Amino acid sequence: MDKKTTMPINLTINGKPVSAPEGSTILEAARGAGIRIPTLCHHPDLTNVGACRLCVVTVEKARGLQTACTTPAAGGMVVNTESQEARETRRFVLEMLLSDHPNECMVCETNGDCELQDLAYEYEVPWPAAGATHHKYEVDTDPNPFVAIDRNKCIVCGRCVRACDEIQNREVWNFANRGFKTRLVAGADQPMLEARCESCGQCVAYCPVGALYDKMSVGVARANKVEKVRTVCSYCGVGCSFDLNVRDDRVVRVTSTAKAPVNGMALCVKGRYGYDYVHHTDRLTKPLVRRDLLSSSTSDERRSGRSSDLVEVDWDTALNLVARKLTDIKSSHGGDAIAFFASAKCTNEENYLFNKFTRQVLGTNNIDHCARL
Amino acid sequence: MTNSIRDITEESRSIFIIGSNTTEQHPVIGIKVRRARRRRGARLIVADPRRIDIANYADLHLRHKPGSDIALLNGLMHVIVREGLQDQKFIDGRTEGFDELRTVIGKYDPKVAGRITGVAPGDIEKAAVMLAENRPGTLLYAMGITQHTSGVPNVMSCANLQLLLGNLGVPGGGVNPLRGQNNVQGACDMGGLPVFFPGYQKVTDPKAREKFEKAWGVPLPDQAGLTLVEMVKAAGQGKIKGLFIVGENPMTSDPDLNHVRQALEKCEFLVVQEIFLSETARMADVVFPAASFAEKDGTFTNTERRVQRIRRAVSSPGEAKPDSWIMAELAKRMMALGVATCDAAAPYHSWDYVQPPQVLIEINSLTPSYAGIEWARLEGGQSLQWPVPNRDHPGTPILHTEKFTRGKGRFVAVDHTPPAELPDEQYPLILTTGRVIYHWHGGEMTHRARNLQAMCPEALVEVHPKDAARAGIGDGKPIKVASRRGEITAKAQVTDRVEPGLIFANFHFAESAANFLTNPALDPEAKIPEFKVCAVRIEKG
Ligand code: SF4
Ligand code: SF4
Ligand code: SF4
Repeated sequence: MDKKTTMPINLTINGKPVSAPEGSTILEAARGAGIRIPTLCHHPDLTNVGACRLCVVTVEKARGLQTACTTPAAGGMVVNTESQEARETRRFVLEMLLSDHPNECMVCETNGDCELQDLAYEYEVPWPAAGATHHKYEVDTDPNPFVAIDRNKCIVCGRCVRACDEIQNREVWNFANRGFKTRLVAGADQPMLEARCESCGQCVAYCPVGALYDKMSVGVARANKVEKVRTVCSYCGVGCSFDLNVRDDRVVRVTSTAKAPVNGMALCVKGRYGYDYVHHTDRLTKPLVRRDLLSSSTSDERRSGRSSDLVEVDWDTALNLVARKLTDIKSSHGGDAIAFFASAKCTNEENYLFNKFTRQVLGTNNIDHCARL
Repeated sequence: MTNSIRDITEESRSIFIIGSNTTEQHPVIGIKVRRARRRRGARLIVADPRRIDIANYADLHLRHKPGSDIALLNGLMHVIVREGLQDQKFIDGRTEGFDELRTVIGKYDPKVAGRITGVAPGDIEKAAVMLAENRPGTLLYAMGITQHTSGVPNVMSCANLQLLLGNLGVPGGGVNPLRGQNNVQGACDMGGLPVFFPGYQKVTDPKAREKFEKAWGVPLPDQAGLTLVEMVKAAGQGKIKGLFIVGENPMTSDPDLNHVRQALEKCEFLVVQEIFLSETARMADVVFPAASFAEKDGTFTNTERRVQRIRRAVSSPGEAKPDSWIMAELAKRMMALGVATCDAAAPYHSWDYVQPPQVLIEINSLTPSYAGIEWARLEGGQSLQWPVPNRDHPGTPILHTEKFTRGKGRFVAVDHTPPAELPDEQYPLILTTGRVIYHWHGGEMTHRARNLQAMCPEALVEVHPKDAARAGIGDGKPIKVASRRGEITAKAQVTDRVEPGLIFANFHFAESAANFLTNPALDPEAKIPEFKVCAVRIEKG
């Protein structure tokens, strides 16, 4: 539906006149007007289920509190998001959640980037006294090498279930049992990969707490320890963008961002978890030259057969050698005796320079790359 | 792509995928297709010889034989025209050549098309009607269309179908090639091609040449250069004496690897600029250590022509350097040796670059489609789809909305031609190649990504249970695959993802690279090798 062409709805929220497109929920109308309503199970990319009851608000003439994420905004509605009743209900919900939550923020991967922690702080909900029954699930039992699960921290918000179903379209997660026994399971309580998981990490990205987390980043990538650098994926041509999380000059995690123009929060397994090649010990760190190329002062007569080994040299030596050799080939055989493979992995600026180097410096049009392959 | 990725999610009423293993090769586009199908009810038709993942979501899966794409497309068009379902208004107003097309597709009634493709005639009828009834529709294709000796006619045939349905220049439509590597679009845009300066300005066009001669201050060659496969061949013949390879690994990605090895050995001087010591780098005379994407600033252009900033996040290991630094250093030294004489008054003769933004300025002024893609706009958070003719232009999400580049859209009627190599008694099976989601290309990066490698540690060859039984090959057991050019050993995966008579291998593993087997026969125009079909035989490994 094209919301622009329909009639706006006018309502009042917290005494302020608000206008919202037809079809908006109270939550959308409020957020559109810059009024914050806390949520946990809601995410703007996902369908609303009204499960966590954090977004409850008072609506005049309506009986009881309404969940803002599922109640449609209507003309003339008068909404109070900060009524005493609403705030008390939120506090109660948070107390309930914390009463069955491990008191582990100190060692939790998601500390500092946790929606439950933020809300407990905002609503000044203290840690409940011991006594309540806690779940005692074993942690990180799934063999998936990328995604770890700590069900003790799961608040049963269902965001992972909907992210996998609606964004990834894979339907891996679902809830087994009801009530206190409700338990997040993959497929028919199988390992994730057997339940058709593609290891995209969308469920991790949408989990509001530390129940799902990135295995590769355990112990190194807490939010307050990393710097985020927005960039674009180095693999396929979709052009997903994401944030490299950097700590001590190393990429320790990739996080997705709703601001990515192509992909939003979605990434694939390579983009999200395929970054560690950057720091692999196989990386080349010094220019290499065949040993026998270093000894002969005139390169023209040399026929190496590349029998000698590659040895490390400094940049000046390597650059001068290549400059001299290419210049020689051009002067004795012409520029067309040289060819250049440009790279689909390099930037536009670099490829422009490859093209300029080939045409201006070498004087040939022999340039191509593996676009076709 | 003529259209944007967003169109697939939001606008297309039908999605026709041919020759693209979308969920494994372009995963995030794959999930958008699945979403459009599941949440919006867009019709999805997948034409692919294998039961690839996306086929499991399709309304119709057409399992045509490798190399029979044109017959299939002509069959679809035959039904559309026979039923009068074409967009006649669009055809009359915006295209030419319809009559010739009608004559050619006239020959491909569903029975004929069915015989060539192996697809049930009834499914061809159904697919044609589904596409016609669900417009606008997008057509997505990838290497499964281009990597054939008939690659260029295959692409034309895709365009014919979309012209016929009026699916061009509209939101949700388009002929949309999904480009492989992250910046393959940008490498093409920036003149990394033997016939084009940046922005597809032809090197054979005197005006374009004059423009670049003035900018760079040197006379420029007026003959088109060699394509990659031709370069390798010329190196093998001793005609190419110096070869400079940046960030590519032809020792896994090119067809007929034994031939590639000989050519690289023969070449007098080989320079490789890489982040790892690849199979190709091992053969080099000089290896320059390059920076990875996480260590440099610049821009990439994605498959929908969107230009986005990449940013330096970490330092390079040791003395590795960005490719731009290496090129500038080398160029300066060669200029000092007198390799070329530049007119010092030419605005862009010099190589005194400090940072990528300076290079982008040069690109802006010489490449009309990138003229308005300025560093400051990208820094300000914009990502722009070219053409962007000036700094106020918002970019172009959909091409050809008013008219085609050449005015009218042209139907180019094409006939089916069989692949260059077909199965025979000696080599009775067809091999087709592709990728798996966990790896990328020759695997230079993904084999060194710990867990990606763990997920898929070795090459697998998919074989149908019938063929496996005949050759006595068990699931997970070694399989030897031989073609006229070479042989490899890998692990067999016995599966009905492939049909009897067809086997599938990926080219991610150097030690069992499928490209020891593949046929370097080229499409005569695009010079793309026929990776998707060659004849092989299998036995226990
Ligand atoms: S990693 Fe992706 S596919 Fe796997 S369960 Fe999570 S969202 Fe689903
Ligand atoms: S794992 Fe996270 S996202 Fe999933 S239900 Fe539990 S808390 Fe919510
Ligand atoms: S994250 Fe995956 S889909 Fe996106 S660009 Fe990278 S490889 Fe392609």
